[in-house]
Amino acid sequence: MDQELILELPNDIRSIEHAVEYVTRHCSSCCDYARRLNLNFRVGLTEALSNAMLYGNDSDPEKRVRVEVTIKHEEVSVIVTDQGMGFDPASVPDPTLPGNISKTGGRGIFLMKALMDEVKFNERGNSVTLVLRFEGEASA
Amino acid sequence: MSFQVSKSGDVTVIDVEGQLIVGNRQELKQKVLDELEKGERRFVVNFSETGYIDSSGLGVLVSLSKKIREQDGELRLASLNEDLRTLFELTKLDTLFTIADSREEALEGF
Repeated sequence: MDQELILELPNDIRSIEHAVEYVTRHCSSCCDYARRLNLNFRVGLTEALSNAMLYGNDSDPEKRVRVEVTIKHEEVSVIVTDQGMGFDPASVPDPTLPGNISKTGGRGIFLMKALMDEVKFNERGNSVTLVLRFEGEASA
Repeated sequence: MSFQVSKSGDVTVIDVEGQLIVGNRQELKQKVLDELEKGERRFVVNFSETGYIDSSGLGVLVSLSKKIREQDGELRLASLNEDLRTLFELTKLDTLFTIADSREEALEGF
């Protein structure tokens, strides 16, 4: 049976770890794919939340981040929406290009795309949908 | 999550227990910079008890490595499990760091 969760988070990066653990625990109760949840899902969701808080909401403590989670047996999808003006994800350079590897930032969206099966931004750029599929994955 | 700082000879070892992510990266940075300020130059960050690292955690390691190198020191990484190694490979940061299989191996080479 599908499970849905909706969280409204304060714009505080200290809330990210607890939120990620909370959502991952709920996923674990439905799915049996520990490895993809442990790494891909946790890191992907952490990146989406930190982008929303630091860049989307510009670290404004008055703003909030909405997290909508749909958990199915074969996949989990998460929509992370901030209250910012949005941005163009295509404008972020590839952090693995030789000139960018030693930069201290710019890996968040790259990791999201590398670790999740689907990453979609809305037109405004203030909401991202992450999908992680479990079909065909061996349980660990 | 916590960072335990210990000494092995003239090498400073920092054990990362839990996650290294956006919410705690500044704590690790400050601990290493404090040791650098005291004159320490050789560092091993040990990940044997680490769950996951996000892009902010990776970024702080890059930043610390640069600062330590500027002081003629070196930062090495140790005990990355398969998942964590994947993150370094995806981002090509495995080309930037000396990565040892274990804390002991990292210390031996210094």
